Parts: sequence; structure tokens; C-alpha cells
Amino acid sequence: MGQQPIQQHPYDYEIVKKFSAVSVIYAIVGFLVGVILALQLAFPDLNANIPYITFGRLRPLHTSAVIFAFGGSVLFATSYYVVQRTCKVRLFSDFLSNLTFWGWNLVVVLVVITYPLGITQGKEYAEPIWPIDLLITVVWVAYFINFMGTLVKRKVEHIYVANWFYLAFILAVAMLHIVNNLAVPVSLTDSYPVFAGVQDAMVQWWYGHNAVGFFLTAAFLGLMYYFVPKQAERPVYSYRLSVVHFWALSFLYIWAGPHHLHYTALPDWASTLGATFSIMLLLPSWGGMINGIMTLSGAWHKLRTDPILRFCIVSLSFYGMSTFEGPMMSIKTVNALSHYTDWTIGHVHSGTLGWVSMISFAALYHMVPRLWGVNIYSTRLINFHFWLSTVGVVIYIVAMWISGIMQGLMWRQYDAFGNLSYSFAESVAAMHPYYAIRAIGGVVFLLGALVMAYNLVMTVRQDGNASQRAAA
Amino acid sequence: MIKHEALEKNVSLMTIFTLVAIAIGGLVEIVPLFFIKSTIEPVKGMRPYTPLELKGRDIYIREGCYNCHSQMIRPLRDEASRYGHYSLAAESMYDHPFQWGSKRTGPDLARIGGKYSNHWHIAHMEAPRSVVPESVMPGYPWLRKNNLNFDDIEKRMQVLSIVGVPYTAEQIANAKKDLADQASASSDASGLAKRYGNKVPKDDFDGQADRLTELDALVAYLQMLGTLVDFSSYQAQTR
Repeated sequence: MGQQPIQQHPYDYEIVKKFSAVSVIYAIVGFLVGVILALQLAFPDLNANIPYITFGRLRPLHTSAVIFAFGGSVLFATSYYVVQRTCKVRLFSDFLSNLTFWGWNLVVVLVVITYPLGITQGKEYAEPIWPIDLLITVVWVAYFINFMGTLVKRKVEHIYVANWFYLAFILAVAMLHIVNNLAVPVSLTDSYPVFAGVQDAMVQWWYGHNAVGFFLTAAFLGLMYYFVPKQAERPVYSYRLSVVHFWALSFLYIWAGPHHLHYTALPDWASTLGATFSIMLLLPSWGGMINGIMTLSGAWHKLRTDPILRFCIVSLSFYGMSTFEGPMMSIKTVNALSHYTDWTIGHVHSGTLGWVSMISFAALYHMVPRLWGVNIYSTRLINFHFWLSTVGVVIYIVAMWISGIMQGLMWRQYDAFGNLSYSFAESVAAMHPYYAIRAIGGVVFLLGALVMAYNLVMTVRQDGNASQRAAA
Repeated sequence: MIKHEALEKNVSLMTIFTLVAIAIGGLVEIVPLFFIKSTIEPVKGMRPYTPLELKGRDIYIREGCYNCHSQMIRPLRDEASRYGHYSLAAESMYDHPFQWGSKRTGPDLARIGGKYSNHWHIAHMEAPRSVVPESVMPGYPWLRKNNLNFDDIEKRMQVLSIVGVPYTAEQIANAKKDLADQASASSDASGLAKRYGNKVPKDDFDGQADRLTELDALVAYLQMLGTLVDFSSYQAQTR
């Protein structure tokens, strides 16, 4: 894309600022709840016999907070920023922008209230009850219209590649959300889904895996396609590769869901299809990684001085690693060992902490100074955050690899007499040290987010000081 | 052959092509599951949940048990040794939503029914480490204290019948009575047996004869899990 001519466009930066600010708050809240959960598994007395903070009620709060509150706010902020700058027009409607902001935050508040009270739909990653689901639908339609409207009135001929990914993400999430949440209400807080058993399982993981595929991957690839070239001040490595891997990723991802259901009561043909497409998915995933990393061609030296670029590259590396690990885990024989264990948890976190969070941090560090028209408060603190994040993720996923593979092996171990070698309880006891180490990794990662929050607050306050000086 | 440039310059084309690309996989994988008959092999013994079990299942969902417990035994040797016969699709055919789970921080519960006594469950839900020292499960002491609210049980069964659970009008009309009868060791259970079969276990599940609590419902639910199909007579269909 190269350097764009500096022109004054009346972009709506206020909405981007608002979403950026709440995304930092939600990151800290979401990571903090994650740390609490990690500690509860290591030290179960921390559940304290208090219904509202038990693991079973808090875990959905963690997943929703990090994916939908933090990740979602980052995506709103960056998509609104990117679509304006690459279309060279203001967002389609200020009203719709604000509707998405207040609506999305209302969703988050309602989720934070309902989950600890045990008010849930009981579908993993889709726990909100039906009135909240309706609110999400309204917000999403507003988002779709706002984004599309901006694309339609764009002043450049081509739609930039980042926007293809954002568009695919908005469409896919709408489809998944609506189908997976079809339910008949019993009361304001209760409902029963229309699907049951095997069909419900298939729909749920079609949804669940593509929450990963489109919310946490396609959309963040869109983000990557803007911020990596910008930060590196280099054009995207290969236009052709971006076209091919966009269509391949969009088409293939949606098939991958049934790999969550290997060896279950789901018919074999479906889980085999899921595994086949999951393995094929390696190619477009690595297409994205290669296109991102190779964008640094001719700019590698910048890694020495620019910790934001370091975030980008390590993030893309984690993306490449987890999109190798994922297809491997979708192979049935591997899955027989890994399924139901902490290996899956480690895999998810190498994707979410390593890829999604780190590329989000990079985008926030890139955007915030530009939005407020100031310089970053401290580049050294960004570097400090970078190392905290990297070390935190590595501690986390190594602990989960060990505990997960150990669990899987202990469960299937037979002794010489043909009896199971270990009771389930013994496998739980063996997890303790790794659960404690995982919690340490989480704390380190959370500390990094706190450093970021401090750095960004100080950055934005320079703006306040500057205007105060100007007033004086 | 259209050039990709055409899509890049046209929002509508881009949207339509993207929609087609993302719709196909789901259509191919989901829709046939409703039409291919062998997806759910019919088995003897499956019945809808009794009203008490249904309330127990609602509490299971409320407490988020699925975050740590699966209800899906895979056809692997060690799982057969540890948990019993692999789970059949029919066994969760009335589960709205399904509770197969994705993680075993605790053991699978698909066949937990009858494995432990009611008293074990009471002690375990009160303080898990009193019976399993290695456990990392939270205690759920409030379940034995909270009275079970089942004002809307008929409504719940009606909604479930809308989405396909074959509750009869008689079962719905007698829901409150059946619920109370099942949670009592001394009640006359002939109506319950007529409507749900002779195998339905009934007891003061929470160990308190004078009270009907959330623990009554949860333990009743746990004690029936995986017990409906008689595997001594079940023959897997081979294709």
C-alpha cells in the first residue's frame, strides 16, 4: 500500500478512541478473571463456597470478556479506523457508530451481571441468554450497515484487502450467531435451544470453531493487513497471495468445526470432513502468516528499534505455530490423546494470547498516539510489555503442553494386568504443579497489559497537558 | 471468467461471493444430520427427563458443570474401562442444549448414574475434597439449602415439547405432582412409574425428607445419567 498522501479527511476518530479505551479496560478485566480461574484450579479453596465466583460460572465470563469484550472492542476500533483511512471517507453514520458502541458495551455489562448469577444458556462461547442475543443481533446489523455504507461511499476505487477480511468476519459472525442461538423462550431469562444432542453439537461447534475462524482469525488478519504494512512502512508482500489465501480461508474455515467432535456420537463422515478441511486449512493460514512476515522484507532492521514491530512479528509467529498445531490436533489419532485435556487449552492460548492479543497490542500502540495526536509516552515500556507478554505466553503454553499430554497418557495407561494404571483423581493431582505454573504465566501476561494501560494513559494525558498549556 | 478486480471494486459482488464461500461448509455438514436416518440409531429405553431430572439438568447448566465435565464417552479402550459403554447419539436426543462438553478437568459424567450412592453425592456436593482429596471441584453447599423453585415446570415442558421432546399432555399436567413424588422416599409413585417407567429412581435425594431442594433435583439428574439404555440387550448396528 505504501505511503498514503497526507490529506485532511474529516474521519470519525472519536468512536475509534472510545472503542480503544474500553478495549484496554476489558483486556485487563478478562485477563484478571483468567488468572483467578487459573488459581482456582491450582488452589480450589479459592472458590470459597461462593456461588457467584465458582469456576463453572466464572469461566464463561473469562472467555466472553477476552473474546467478545476485549477482542470485539479491538475489532470495532480497528475496523472503524482502517475502513475510514483506506476508503478515505468518514464512517457511514455517526448514529450507527454510537449505537454499536453503547450497544456492545451494554451487552458486556449484561454478560458481567448475568453469568455470575448463573443466568446462562449453557452453550460454550454462546452463553448469553436470548434477550442479550437479540441485542447482539441489533448491534451487529448496525455494524454491518455502518461498515458496508462506508465501503459503498468510498473515494478510492479498490476495496483494500483488510476490508475483505473485516467484511467476511461481519457476515460470518452474523450467520453463526443467529443459527446457533435459535431457541424458544421459557421466561425472560430462560430458553431451550431448538436443536438437541448430535445436531446441537454440530451446530455449536460449527459456531464455536468459526468464532475462532472468523472472530479471532479472519478479522484479526484484516487488522494485520493494515497495521503491519503501516508499522513496517512497507507494502504488503504479495497481493496475489492475499487474494488466494483470503478466499481459501473463508471457504475452508467453516468446515473445520466437527474436529471438536472426533470419536463422539457425531457420524464419522462429518468428523472426517471436519478433519480433512482442518488439515487443508494449514495452507491459507500460513499464506497469511507468510504474507505478514514477508512484508518486513527490506525492513528487518527496524525490529532492532521498534518494539511494536516486534509485537507484530512474534504475533504472526504464534499464529503460524498455532495454525500448524491446530490441523495436527484435528488428526483423529492425535485428537484421541489431546481431546478433553489441557493441551487444547494451551493451543487456544497460543492463538489468543500469542496471536490475537499481541497483534491487538501492536495496533493499539500504533493507533493511540495517532488518534490523540501525540507521541507515545515510553517506547521502553512497550519493549518491557513485549517481553512480559512473550515470556507469559511461553510459560503458559509449555505448562499446558506438559499437563495436557500427561493427562492424555495417564488416562490411557494400562498396567501389566490389564487394569487402568491411574484413577482419574490421580491424574488431577498430577496437574497441580502445572496449574500453578500456568497461573504464573497468566500473571506475567496480565502485568504486561497493566504496563500497556499505564503507558497509554500517560500517552493520552500528554494531550490533556498540551491543551492545558495551550489554554494557559 | 471474472477478474478479481471486479470484486475489489464492487461491494455487492464482494459480499455475495463471500456469503457463498462461507455458507457451503455449514450447509453440507449440518443439513444432512436432520435427514440421514442412521444419524441417531433408535435404542430401547430412551425417555424424556422426569420433571425433577429436568430441573436438575437446568441446575447443572446454571452452575456451568459442562466447563469441566464431559458427557460423551468415546469408543476407546480406556474410556470403556473407565466410564463404560461409549455414548450413543440417542442418549442425548432430548438434550436441549447438548452437554457433551469439551474438557475433562473432572471425569466424564455420561454414565455417572448409579455409580455412587445418594449420600456420596450429598457429601461430594457439600465439600468435594471430603470424599475425593485430590479433587479441584468447588463446593456447592447452597444447593442443599436452596428450596427448589419449580413454579414454571409445566411451561418448561411445554417449550421442550415445541422443540421436539415428546412430552405428553398427561406428563405436563402431572408435572408438579410427579416432581414432588420423585423427590420423596415415602410417596406413592405409581403415577410417576406409569408416565416415565418403572426404572425411575425415587428418594429423598438430598437426605432431607422434609424439604425439596435444588440438591434433590441435581442428584436425581446425576443418578439417571447413562442408565436409560440397557446395554446387556443393546446390539450396535454395523454397516
